[in-house]
Amino acid sequence: MSKKSFRQAINEALRQEMRRDPTVILMGEDVAGGRGGSAGTVDAWGGVLGVTKGLYEEFGETRVLDTPITEASYIGAAAGAAVTGLRPVAELMFVDFVGCCLDQIMNQAAKFRYMFGGKARTPLVIRAMYGAGFNAAAQHSQALYPLFTHIPGLKVVIPSSPYEAKGLLISAIRDDDPVIFLENKVMYDVEEEVPDEPYAIPFGEANLTREGDDVTIVAFGRMVGMANEAADRLAKKGIGCTVIDPRTTSPLDGETILDCVADTGRLVIVDESSPRCNMATDIAALVAEEAFDALRAPIRRVVPPHTPVPFATVLETLYMPSVEKIEAAVTATMNHRVKEKV
Amino acid sequence: MQIARETLLRSYRAMRTIRMFEERLHVEFATGEIPGFVHLYCGEEASAVGVCANLTDNDTIASTHRGHGHCIAKGVEVAGMMAEIYGRSTGVCRGKGGSMHIADLACGMLGANGIVGGGPPLICGAALSHKTLRDGGVAVAFYGDGASNEGTTLESLNLASVWQLPAVFVVEDNGYGEATGASFACAGTQKARAAGFGMPYIECDGSDYFAVHEAAGEAIAHARAGRGPVMLHVHLQRWYGHFEGDAMTYRAPGEVAEAKRDHDCLRLFRERVTQAGLFEDSVLDEVDTAVTDEIEAAVLQAKDDPLPQSADLLADVYVRY
Repeated sequence: MSKKSFRQAINEALRQEMRRDPTVILMGEDVAGGRGGSAGTVDAWGGVLGVTKGLYEEFGETRVLDTPITEASYIGAAAGAAVTGLRPVAELMFVDFVGCCLDQIMNQAAKFRYMFGGKARTPLVIRAMYGAGFNAAAQHSQALYPLFTHIPGLKVVIPSSPYEAKGLLISAIRDDDPVIFLENKVMYDVEEEVPDEPYAIPFGEANLTREGDDVTIVAFGRMVGMANEAADRLAKKGIGCTVIDPRTTSPLDGETILDCVADTGRLVIVDESSPRCNMATDIAALVAEEAFDALRAPIRRVVPPHTPVPFATVLETLYMPSVEKIEAAVTATMNHRVKEKV
Repeated sequence: MQIARETLLRSYRAMRTIRMFEERLHVEFATGEIPGFVHLYCGEEASAVGVCANLTDNDTIASTHRGHGHCIAKGVEVAGMMAEIYGRSTGVCRGKGGSMHIADLACGMLGANGIVGGGPPLICGAALSHKTLRDGGVAVAFYGDGASNEGTTLESLNLASVWQLPAVFVVEDNGYGEATGASFACAGTQKARAAGFGMPYIECDGSDYFAVHEAAGEAIAHARAGRGPVMLHVHLQRWYGHFEGDAMTYRAPGEVAEAKRDHDCLRLFRERVTQAGLFEDSVLDEVDTAVTDEIEAAVLQAKDDPLPQSADLLADVYVRY
């Protein structure tokens, strides 16, 4: 056990799985970097933010494959390699680039097993960065997990900390279905204690990061940390919050969410993806349908407005959910009074 | 190149099977009994068979929406294909894929594909598997002149060259992408495109089994030897519409009749092998009879086979969820 960053935790998961299984390969734009050109340093980048640094050195060019900037062909190649005996981990860099290769994910990899009558296995992982907060503007800041969650055949993972990232990525690589693994780009330098040995965190099992009696907060990825901070502040005011990190949006641990709502009677969902048809609406529908009688206040959603992600810091800050916005939503649910029916 | 007698007979049977499979679907589709869309491969049989005669189960192919011919040529079982097209639980995909998604990974058939240009990237991946696992296999993408303009295809030509993959890109050029002529939709030439990505280019007459077999043999040997990808451009004629029910008003009167008269790969094959004294007509007639019986049995069986059950709706979305 030692302190590791989110970046190091992911690197370690990749390295350990590549050592364990020779069919695990990496591919993507500049996952090594430095091929061709004027022959400077090979493995110059290790991914645009250094996540795969050092893997080329250990595993060489047959297992760490730099690609041209052609997402459709290499994401499709990863899908094709996955159904023919390899376990590729393809890096899409920014998840926004899925616009260039969605067919290969949505119409090919996700559907092989069903279309082919259960005969295909597609052990594919697609890693990508998501999220605002980096002044990266509209084409490099989206949180597109609802788009993937919508597609049957895909699994979708959103780690909320370095510990979670390592254990969930190991599960993703060992999984026989296509997995979209989304890393919040603001979190790469976040550190915490992470075990040195490999460990796997199962999909579809939510983690409770805080427990309290008054309000249930469901949050994803980076939002879990904000929800925890809001819960800690609220606890000082005498309001107890349970914070649920579902870890995966597909499969989704609806059971844990329903159990917690049954206990607290109030629900706040924190989701940094665009507000229409996102995880917050999905969970709100689930709870409205399955736990209507348990609710003591309307469900509140802490979500961005229905706009592209803006560039200027002042606007991006306004756009994003925050600890304060979560606190306000929790307080509002606590203050709700049910009107007597006449 | 000398082709073994056994290979020739197997190829003739495969081409005849494709022809009869498709001609029968043409008739059966018109009755309304077959759900969905079907796209027929009639007239193009020598391409799939001439290429696949150079492959084994260890090699991989990806096909197109017009995929029945590739499936049969690669060894997918005919009765299971027919049952699939009829939406039966006995189909090769248990009735969940249909005509456009017939696949059989066990014999290296990575699937027909409902998306034009869907296959070439997958073939880069299959070729990467062959190369990485060092199993000696080659991966072959079949795609049409229409798909040759898709970004996925052009990106795949580049990637296959960059990674020096054991891949062959077979452009089945039947002159039409849906209802639009290749002469309108394809800028430049396929040959120049291959050159642009630094790969060898071979072209052949797709109505001549022997020409396809030889050209494909050369392309596949090149890829198998680890010398990188090759483009094989096969010139073909499509005898039916883009889909069944297409009246083909975009084609000149007589164009299809002329193709059938002058470019029938089965007739040309028969003439060549009988004139060369390789086979008596009676041997080929026997094959025709056997195939007729096989197709008849497949249709009767498919119509009689069980439909999928309601539990099948939810099965096999994931390996585990």
